[in-house]
Amino acid sequence: MHKRVHYNTSYLPYLLVAPQIIITLLFFIWPAVQALYQSFLLEDAFGLSTEFVWFDNFIDLYHSEQYLGSFARTAFFSVAVAGLSMGMALFFAALADRVIKGSHTYRTLLIIPYAVAPVLAGTLWLFLFNPTLGIVTYFLDAVGIDWNHKLNSSQAMTLVIIAAAWKQVSYNFLFFIAAMHSIPKSLIEASAIDGAGPVHRFLTIIFPLISPTTFFLLVVNIIYAFFDTFGIIHAITAGGPGNSTEILVYKVFNDGFVGLDLGGSAAQSVVLMFIVIVLTVVQFKYVERKVEY
Amino acid sequence: MLKKTLIAASVTAALLSSAANAAVEVNWWHAMGGTNTERVNKIAADFNASQSEYKINAVYKGNYTETMTAAIAAFRAKKQPHIVQVFEVGTATMMAAKGAVYPIEQVMNDSGVKLDKSGYLPAVISYYQTPEGELLSMPFNSSTPVLWYNRDAFKKAGVEGAPKTWNDVASTAKKLVDSGMKCGIAVGWQSWGLIENYSAWNNIPLGTKQNGYAGIDTELTFNNKNVTNNLQKLADMQKDGSFTYGGRRGESLAMFTNGECGMWINSSAYYGSIKGQAKFDYAQAMMPFDSNVTDAPQNSIIGGATLWTLKGHKADSYKGVAKFMEYLSSAEVQAWWHQETGYVPITTAAYELSKKQGFYDKNPGTDTAITQLSLNTPTENSRGIRFGNFVQIRDIINAEMEQIWDGSKTAEKAMDDAVAQSNKLLRKFEKANK
Repeated sequence: MHKRVHYNTSYLPYLLVAPQIIITLLFFIWPAVQALYQSFLLEDAFGLSTEFVWFDNFIDLYHSEQYLGSFARTAFFSVAVAGLSMGMALFFAALADRVIKGSHTYRTLLIIPYAVAPVLAGTLWLFLFNPTLGIVTYFLDAVGIDWNHKLNSSQAMTLVIIAAAWKQVSYNFLFFIAAMHSIPKSLIEASAIDGAGPVHRFLTIIFPLISPTTFFLLVVNIIYAFFDTFGIIHAITAGGPGNSTEILVYKVFNDGFVGLDLGGSAAQSVVLMFIVIVLTVVQFKYVERKVEY
Repeated sequence: MLKKTLIAASVTAALLSSAANAAVEVNWWHAMGGTNTERVNKIAADFNASQSEYKINAVYKGNYTETMTAAIAAFRAKKQPHIVQVFEVGTATMMAAKGAVYPIEQVMNDSGVKLDKSGYLPAVISYYQTPEGELLSMPFNSSTPVLWYNRDAFKKAGVEGAPKTWNDVASTAKKLVDSGMKCGIAVGWQSWGLIENYSAWNNIPLGTKQNGYAGIDTELTFNNKNVTNNLQKLADMQKDGSFTYGGRRGESLAMFTNGECGMWINSSAYYGSIKGQAKFDYAQAMMPFDSNVTDAPQNSIIGGATLWTLKGHKADSYKGVAKFMEYLSSAEVQAWWHQETGYVPITTAAYELSKKQGFYDKNPGTDTAITQLSLNTPTENSRGIRFGNFVQIRDIINAEMEQIWDGSKTAEKAMDDAVAQSNKLLRKFEKANK
């Protein structure tokens, strides 16, 4: 005997996926289409006069020194954030992987920053580096560094990079440590018997074997630095001084919600959308196929 | 049956509640945070208590930009408030939105409430008038940049009185530094003080078309010799600390109040903060003028915000708006607001009343802003500025000025670049608001 569940009608599967489809349409596809449409419009803030201008908003972006500057800045920022947070996470994971006693505590502590909201992370670092009150500023002053990220643009950039990277270390750490755990113990043991030291083993066995994870994280981190760092930047520098920490996503906000230039702001978010699409395609195409080594 | 009873009950309830709230509601979105929220609430409550026909609901909506954005978004969703407080740089955006804005002068006329424009300070209302003289929004909180100085430091450096010209500022700053101070002068809201008000005070244009009043096909022209020479002079003064840059907004306040800088140019509305923080004898004086440009100063222009009325509500609620505006600009309310906040009183009657109450005798120097604003009848160069996309333009100006201060550009190059970029934004604004 076997029990067989039988459905007469075929709408049930549609019904079951409907919530997901509706959410996707409502919160992802619809706004994206709106942004796309808005990017072809030249409109005053109140929406009283609207003109269809084709690609004018995009052409303006191409000719805007500020926008191109923001592009270069974002590239630098995301590479720096990805590099720093992945580097730190890899270092921590390699160490935590070897810890036997209390490894649970180590891991839990390392994961905590991930639970901190971006704005709070920003405020936290802002307090540490506050030019007049910050504890770190105090020590920096003692070694002769005059810290004032409100006026010094490279210090401002450094601070937002540190804060953004700090928040992402946990995420990277989790993936790295999981990847390290999936490496067969026999491989490590064999190389240990052959006389390879810990550093040598890491470089020749572990690092190559976790490279698919590394590549995946690289893509995820770049997307993170592009988009999720808004709260951190908003809290720490608000894009200043000058425009030195105004990355693309912050400029979208600034031009759209502060400057009320909706068309230009929409065009910028369309450009961002294409960047994400490209990154996602790259990830699917290569990560799914595994990195060759 | 049950359904019918329910409907009847709810109709009765609706009737009852509307009878209880017979007052017409008028919503007012504002950007006055901190203790000023309480003051705004007090004004609204006092007005509500003074009559029973209308009820003002004052709602705090965040800082100036947030409030303006919220009101615009609400307008697009047809949920706009009757009154919204908009800062002065948003004026051109509001003005251009002809279908959204109900000019206050029309509101008053349509409601039969008298508006005596001659009673308002010319420098205050001229900022918000059309070239034909129609008042578009009601001035609420206005201030102007003044020169704050540290009297104790002046005494120590052997300086007599406040400097009158920029040349005096340079020599005074030098003396202050020589007497052991870290910095001579700092400036807050630099675009407002060193470019916008510098131009008005010395009676030179900031842009074409009467600073934008006569049309949106205007262009900025502040890359002239006068402005750039003065900025370059300040940049050179940085070498010995005579001038120190302290940030785009009001951050440099701390540099003045902790005694680092002997002089500070920023809004008169910092009176309260300075009073609370400075542990030395301070005073305010009129902004310095540039003796290379003019023999005497003109008048300065204001900053701050005004109250705009938005269209799309029932006619009787606009009568409430008109009544409230009348109440708000009465001498008693204005004098109280002025003395509490440090903002400039918007009518001459409120100024006279404050004088009579002895406020200026008890708090010497607090009338500097008003003297400065009403020093002369405003000219085309000094009644105000009206440029679209000005929030972003100020950003550009700030970024370029920062490049002067860090030495990466000369003042001339920076101002040329700022004007070129800003004019692009003006063209964009013109295109969007045809």
